[in-house]
Amino acid sequence: MESQAAYPPPCPPPAPGPGLRSWRACRRAARAARDDPRTAVGVALLFLYILIALVGPGLSPYDTTSPDLKVRMQGPSWEHPFGTDRIGRDIATRVIAGSSVSLHVATGAVMVALLLGAPLGAFSSYAGGTFDALVQRVMEGIMAFPSLVLALALVALAGASVPMLWFAIAFSSVPRYARIVRSGVLAHKEREYVEAARAMGQRPMGVLMKQILPNIMAPVAVQITLDFARAIGVEAALSYLGLGLSVPYISWGVMVREAQDFLEVAPWLAVFPGLALAGVILGFTLVGDSLRDRMDPRTRLALSRRGQ
Amino acid sequence: MLIRYVAMRLVQLIPMVLVVTMVVFFVMRIIPGDPVLVMLGAVEGAAISEDVYNAMRLRLGLDRPLIVQYLDWLWDMVRGDLGASITYRVPALDVILHRLVPTAYLMVGGVVMAVAIAVPGGVLAAIHNNTKWDHFATGFVILGITVPTFWLALVAILVFAVYLGWLPAIGYAPPREGVVEFLQHLFLPVTVVALNVAATVLRFQRQDFLEQMNLDYVRTARAKGLSERLVLWKHVLRNSLMTTVTVVGLQMAYLSGLVTVVENVFNYPGIGFLLLNSIHTRDFVVVQGVVLFMVFLAIAVNLVVDVLYAVLDPRIRYR
Repeated sequence: MESQAAYPPPCPPPAPGPGLRSWRACRRAARAARDDPRTAVGVALLFLYILIALVGPGLSPYDTTSPDLKVRMQGPSWEHPFGTDRIGRDIATRVIAGSSVSLHVATGAVMVALLLGAPLGAFSSYAGGTFDALVQRVMEGIMAFPSLVLALALVALAGASVPMLWFAIAFSSVPRYARIVRSGVLAHKEREYVEAARAMGQRPMGVLMKQILPNIMAPVAVQITLDFARAIGVEAALSYLGLGLSVPYISWGVMVREAQDFLEVAPWLAVFPGLALAGVILGFTLVGDSLRDRMDPRTRLALSRRGQ
Repeated sequence: MLIRYVAMRLVQLIPMVLVVTMVVFFVMRIIPGDPVLVMLGAVEGAAISEDVYNAMRLRLGLDRPLIVQYLDWLWDMVRGDLGASITYRVPALDVILHRLVPTAYLMVGGVVMAVAIAVPGGVLAAIHNNTKWDHFATGFVILGITVPTFWLALVAILVFAVYLGWLPAIGYAPPREGVVEFLQHLFLPVTVVALNVAATVLRFQRQDFLEQMNLDYVRTARAKGLSERLVLWKHVLRNSLMTTVTVVGLQMAYLSGLVTVVENVFNYPGIGFLLLNSIHTRDFVVVQGVVLFMVFLAIAVNLVVDVLYAVLDPRIRYR
């Protein structure tokens, strides 16, 4: 974990005037990364994946779909670093293409969960009473489901389209957002600054959006990061089980599933998509974990002690 | 007092059971197409006589209000009538129970192995906080959480079955056909499940042990002159095992999903394998049954954990 690679790149020299602030912020970030290398590794991984997903398979000289029968089932080489499959397609190119599908589905799923869960939590804590109790019972009920099995059943019944996958993967994490926002609003609702805003005539909606929400963003951000890791894992598992996206989408899960039949003769077919998958989940988990530790006063103490 | 506590917990479960069953009931009704044809197991374009169609429609009670349909369905579930499997033509409950034993071996084996790894591992990581061993344990936790289960399972097959040839790659052998054979087939799936569960349990075990080590009762135990080993491995461990039990209980819902994936990689004939098979054969009665079964298993285990907790720690009952 504490390798040299984990050290942050050197900061740019201080610019005169207002630039000094960002210089300090950069120094602070560098110090934080040195004290807790997880953050640096995680952020670096995520940058890498997002970059690859954005640039896409154009990075590679090969095509994702057109077969090249002269180079069937070749192991990793300089021409094909991750090898080729049974009709001669370059695995590296397909793994690159898979990154955008994976991140796309995960982003949609996290957004759906956030947009359904957060308002539900905010309104139920504001409304209180029977509505609040009812929402909480429903959320507890949904949380009792195994999230993968629920997603599996939903996709199996309604068919695997991209929006359906967003919803199916999001469904079981709606309660998490609702809970976090609800308890955050409850904790802040009676604070002085909220009362002050209310006394100044701000409407309830304004108080919620402009006063309370900015103050409870930190735990929501942690949940979003960790939820990305979960969503990517569930999407891959669904695809692996044959219930996720199919052609023309290239999903890492499907690649591993198809590679299964050639495990003995061409293990690289299964190894590289799986590594790509593990890498992106690792990135989100590391960033999410270190964000959470930073917010928890007990572990924050331990972290600052470790830094000395 | 204990009986009152158990009764109270059971009453508190009623809303959850209602929500869970409603979710399943309504999810099952989003099946695209005509539910009558689905229940008949008809292939697209097949000719179904009007009598058969109407009989099924009447039997399903689709002409009645939704709420009546739900209550009726719920009553059937309560009586243990999950409906008849479309493919097997026998009660869905029998189909599920038939597949339950292999899954039970996998779940119990996985949890036992996970606890055997995670409890000593977490305690050692906490005692030797911030040493090489602690970093190793943290690395194990992060890898256990991030490496996708289906891929870990495939890599395990690749290494231990294909390259080394020590263990069979896939399948299941019932114990009556030879214990050695049985254990050989069980080992890889159980290990994959256990590694995944152990990662989460170890993380909480370590955290809780670290917190317990600074509490007053530990100082008292040390002041009495007890040896460090006795203080840590008896007094602290005993208290932090309560957390372990809770974490394992909370993992139950997750465990069903995990087992579903692992069973399908290893062609292991449990209820997770049955679930996928039923999805592919469009046997939605069995799909519904398995999903309900998995949810209620998680709820029941958590109830048992709560009661166990109250038995072990009398303070809980008075809260």
